[in-house]
Amino acid sequence: MTKERKKELQDLCLKFRHDLIDILHSIQTGHPGGSLSCTEIVTTLYFEKMNIDPKDPQKEGRDRFILSKGHACPMLYLNLAERGFFPKEDLKHLRQTDSHLQGHPCFHKTPGVELSTGPLGMGLSAGLGMALGEKLKKTDAKIYVLLGDGEIQEGGIWEAAMAASKFKADNLIAILDYNGVQLDGTLEEIMPLGDVASKFESFGWNVLHCDGHDVESVSAAIDKAKESTDKPSMIIARTVKGKGISFMEGKNTWHGKPISDEEYKMAKAELGGGN
Amino acid sequence: MSKQIAIRDAYGEALLELGKKNEKIVALEADVGASTKSILFGEVFPDRYFNVGISEFNMVAMAAGFAQEGFIPFVNTFAVFMTTRASDPIQSLIAYDKLNVKMAGTYAGLSDSYDGASHQAITDIAFVRSIPNMTVISVSDAVETKKAVEAIAEYDGPVYLRLSRAPAPVIFDENYDFQIGKGVELRTGKDVAIIATGTILHNALKAAELLEEEGIEATVINIHTIKPIDEEIIINAARLTGAVLTVEEHSIYGGLGSAVAEVLSQNYPTPVDFVGATTFAESGDYDELLEKYGYGARTIADKAKQLINRK
Repeated sequence: MTKERKKELQDLCLKFRHDLIDILHSIQTGHPGGSLSCTEIVTTLYFEKMNIDPKDPQKEGRDRFILSKGHACPMLYLNLAERGFFPKEDLKHLRQTDSHLQGHPCFHKTPGVELSTGPLGMGLSAGLGMALGEKLKKTDAKIYVLLGDGEIQEGGIWEAAMAASKFKADNLIAILDYNGVQLDGTLEEIMPLGDVASKFESFGWNVLHCDGHDVESVSAAIDKAKESTDKPSMIIARTVKGKGISFMEGKNTWHGKPISDEEYKMAKAELGGGN
Repeated sequence: MSKQIAIRDAYGEALLELGKKNEKIVALEADVGASTKSILFGEVFPDRYFNVGISEFNMVAMAAGFAQEGFIPFVNTFAVFMTTRASDPIQSLIAYDKLNVKMAGTYAGLSDSYDGASHQAITDIAFVRSIPNMTVISVSDAVETKKAVEAIAEYDGPVYLRLSRAPAPVIFDENYDFQIGKGVELRTGKDVAIIATGTILHNALKAAELLEEEGIEATVINIHTIKPIDEEIIINAARLTGAVLTVEEHSIYGGLGSAVAEVLSQNYPTPVDFVGATTFAESGDYDELLEKYGYGARTIADKAKQLINRK
């Protein structure tokens, strides 16, 4: 990745952080913490990696993205709007009656959303179904699934992990947003994951690591994952919940909390630059 | 007695035939392929057959992914496990987005008799019927099974197909015109209407014969599509008879009986009574269990007579 390109993506991420805080402050609802932790991951996918065409959203053979941790959808919507799947003006109506932008991603309402999510733990299975469907159609498409670290406490994730390995779904690329914090506290306090890399390796996955806030690191890990043969890939992305806004960083209380006027001013000042 | 064919055999053969005609059909199985008979499809089309092991949640969520790729997934397991263990993806992935997934829940009602109450499905209709966008079909014999499999593959949207394990008398012939959402009147009589679904329809027909011996004329209606339900045929039967008895191998709370009562209470208030489950059953011979738990032809006929007295 060139320095210029890296700077472009970083600037875009900063802009998305600003927009996110603007929107969530304005509507007084939504999930800032998990949206901020996946900013670089989602932006790298939509602006650097995925083969998609907003003018032809149903194009055969396109790559697909599933936000399995559906509560982080504000960051998904910011990316979709920026790519042109729907007008940016729609963003201010997030979570409001008659808006197509639901509190959790909705396939049948929002252009560009590939699967409805929200109840945690289903995205990996559905992504596996898509991956096997693409294999039957003999395309080169990749299926990307972004998982929350708290989310993988769900048993269904491990059912899918076994099945993806059995069916050799090497076109399935999961990314773990490993920020270490869930709604009620840290993962260590609530339900520790243990050695998550070894767990997926023992399930037969190609396990990779990256810095989830470094677009170049995320991009390089995805490139490696795309080379996997026979094994599905799990990219463990180290992240910080609430990244970019110091009083939100690492705080479970910012999983889903309205932003006050004072907090809004502090957050905007900290982000600086951008808009 | 007429020829008997197990519903699951008819289903397995119908799925295989469908697979030959349509390469978009894929089948998913949760390690009971020899029981559901999805294995018949799997042996011929191994590339389109996905046995996920004992993971019903994962299986149904995977089917959502296949549907998003333009395939028509048929998902197979026991009805009781489909609608409890996979209830989340059924509701929040498949029904919410109207995905083109066909969920075949077999061993419905008491038909998995020897395995006991843990394996008998008496709440599945209530769950799937309450979910928006779902079509719910419950078949009564081998011919209806075959026709239903063909029809739901043509229909674009989520369908729950309720299948029995048991050998069942063949009621319909090959000319049978199966249409999703259309009830079938098998007998017409002015004294009482018996509305049934699934293989227990056969006992409803026998009950009508018993009633006939006593000079009571019964209408018998087969409701294979519980949702969307054929309101017209139910209202017409109520108009003709003034007394409606429902028969289903399912809880009387939330199943066919509730659906019929909803239609009549809103359109043509009529005395209604219910043959169905109010308790868990147990292990045992299927026919013995049907007698013990109130599904015998004599019990149905007696209940119809009591209902007539309420007119």
